Amino acid sequence: MKRRDFIKKVVMTSAIAPVASLRIPFVNVSIEELTQKHFKEMSEEEKKAVIERLEREYKERYGVDVNIKTTPAKEGVVWGYALNIKRCIGCRRCVYACVKENNQSRASPDDPTSNEIHWIRVLEVAQEKLEPGTEEQGIGTKFGDVVAGVVLEESEHYYDPEKVPEDGKMYIPIQCQQCEKPPCVKVCPTRATWKEPDGIIVVDYNWCIGCRYCMAACPYWARRFNWSWPYIPKEEINPNQHYLGNRIRYRGVVEKCTFCIQRTREGRYPACVEACPVGARKFGNLLDPNSEIRKIIREKRVFRLKEELGTEPKFFYFMD
Amino acid sequence: MKNILREIRYFLDFVFASIKIALTGDRRYYVWLASLVMLVVLGTYAYIYQLMHGLIVTGMRDQVSWGLYISNFTFFVGVAASAVLIVAPLYLYNYREFEYIVTFGEFLAVAALIIALTNVLADVGRVERLWHMFPLIGTPNWPDSMLVWDVLVLNGYLFLNLLIPGYKLYKKYIGLEPSNWIKFFIFLSIPWAISIHTVTAFIYAGLSARPYWNTALMAPRFIASAFTSGPAIMILVLLVIRKYTFYRKYISEKAIETLAQITLIAMLVNLFLLLSELYTVFYSATIHQVSLKYLFFGLEHNGKVYAALKPIAWLSLFMQITSVALLLYPKTRRNFKTLAAACSLNAIGIWLEKGMGLVVPGFVPTPIGEIWEYMPSFMEWVIVAGTVAWGFLVYTLMLKVAKTIEAGLARHPKAGKE
Ligand code: SF4
Ligand code: SF4
Repeated sequence: MKRRDFIKKVVMTSAIAPVASLRIPFVNVSIEELTQKHFKEMSEEEKKAVIERLEREYKERYGVDVNIKTTPAKEGVVWGYALNIKRCIGCRRCVYACVKENNQSRASPDDPTSNEIHWIRVLEVAQEKLEPGTEEQGIGTKFGDVVAGVVLEESEHYYDPEKVPEDGKMYIPIQCQQCEKPPCVKVCPTRATWKEPDGIIVVDYNWCIGCRYCMAACPYWARRFNWSWPYIPKEEINPNQHYLGNRIRYRGVVEKCTFCIQRTREGRYPACVEACPVGARKFGNLLDPNSEIRKIIREKRVFRLKEELGTEPKFFYFMD
Repeated sequence: MKNILREIRYFLDFVFASIKIALTGDRRYYVWLASLVMLVVLGTYAYIYQLMHGLIVTGMRDQVSWGLYISNFTFFVGVAASAVLIVAPLYLYNYREFEYIVTFGEFLAVAALIIALTNVLADVGRVERLWHMFPLIGTPNWPDSMLVWDVLVLNGYLFLNLLIPGYKLYKKYIGLEPSNWIKFFIFLSIPWAISIHTVTAFIYAGLSARPYWNTALMAPRFIASAFTSGPAIMILVLLVIRKYTFYRKYISEKAIETLAQITLIAMLVNLFLLLSELYTVFYSATIHQVSLKYLFFGLEHNGKVYAALKPIAWLSLFMQITSVALLLYPKTRRNFKTLAAACSLNAIGIWLEKGMGLVVPGFVPTPIGEIWEYMPSFMEWVIVAGTVAWGFLVYTLMLKVAKTIEAGLARHPKAGKE
């Protein structure tokens, strides 16, 4: 028996039920929650018991009946994503569809300490920044990280015009690139984040210690931290959840885009793909030579962000 | 069997005697302890508040996700490593002047490690889950994650620096010479000291996402800055002890002079490495100069200037250079007033450089180009003050015991008789 199992057993047997649900002061965590195992080390029964407990806990905390699945990856599938940056109009519909689908924390009107989270960030870049400036402006760019000729430091993250798209602007949405060689996974001290067989990088929100090393390691700024308890209005909670995906997170843990694992493992498209009004977002199985994504990679001008880092993203940008 | 029982009894006597020594002193001693305890209580209170509300009470956000806690952690790991500068000359080169001050070094390492580790506790989002990264009970991502390495080497070093002086004091207390096996641990502690700061540097240096940290100079710079700020702090401690306690007669001027020279040389190396870094980054002028530019000159975006760290960077540089000037000139180096000034400038200068100056610019701008400025919140300052006070409290108590026993003022009643 592994040491952890042993400790758990001792805790569980010596402590009768009420003790198991005792809560540790200040952090407000039950003994049951504290002694929960790493997701990958749980047996099927253990998973079931944990899911039951979690559904109960979410009900107590948010007053909503949720359904948490643990659907595993399908064989022969590795998901890939492609985004047409010539088409993107910068409307941010994907951003908000993602927030809703994935139960991201909202800014609460009456709680200034609530923590608004978006997994997708859309950058606005002035087309003129891609061209040499005038003599007064100085020819060339000043500083920054270049992506396909775009200096990221010169992009605008909080653009807010009356109407998009604006003339002379282009837009680059960025979210987790689902790296084949993910630095975030390499640095995590607890193995709380890992690559699933279908290529998705997931986080066990009950295992992450919140050290934020992965946030420092991610070259795409794709990870978000729960600086406080998530705030989601009760009626906006999406009850169709996955343990590794959109179930509601905790204070003090990291989260990120999972290509909507709760949808894609059930044969549906990610929410952002469906939300995009101009069809700029494409999604499919990289292992299937006939898939749309493979066709795009084969036929379009494709690039990935920061190729030089060797992270091998499974998120492709393309132009017609 | 009888021997073991006797040994245990002696050891318990030693522990009780130590507690008694640690808790008795003159009025000044109590005032000092009480002020430290007060800071610790305040820090604990702030920490509990943070536990209940989350790290939202800090100034950190997704853009700059490490701040004052990790800065402080990094600096104090360096201080801990620098104890080797007293241990190595004494045990490898038999430099006797350090005989008396070696416990100051070893216990400074303990105190600095306590500060470093409590800052980690303050920083993590889920402190009750820390066991997930421990061997045997958790799932440590070893050997991939440098954080796991760091936890291992830091705790190993903590153990060594408790064992070695603790054992020697115990032997002294019961009136015996330390056995030879302790030498093994003493020699082990020398490379171990280097390892703790190297691994800490590797935490940063291994991240390709952050060009500012992703440099092979990181570990050498860490060691150099540790080997100047550590002895500087040690000198300050020794000067205070000389001034206010009767142990002054044991601390030779020669020992202090040697430490001052070490401080000077390491600082020169540190500045040299900084120069190499500045040259390479700014002369080649690739896009990766942006963080260093932010640190020293600030950045401008859409007409707005972001330069929160600029004064800190220049102040730190100014302090370091002034300390070199004061240490270089023998007259000011040997005058304890100017020496104290030089050491204070040195330690604060390095604290600024290696803390905020190292950690924060790594996050500015974010890897996708957002410029967001971090400033620690009041809560963070209170918690950090608490951790530092806690370290100094432990340091004071341990030194009190060590120096009393070393001076032969506390011995086991049967010492030397059996
Ligand atoms: S984009 Fe960042 S979070 Fe996503 S897999 Fe790559 S390193 Fe990890
Ligand atoms: S924050 Fe969580 S997922 Fe990220 S490295 Fe730390 S433990 Fe791993």
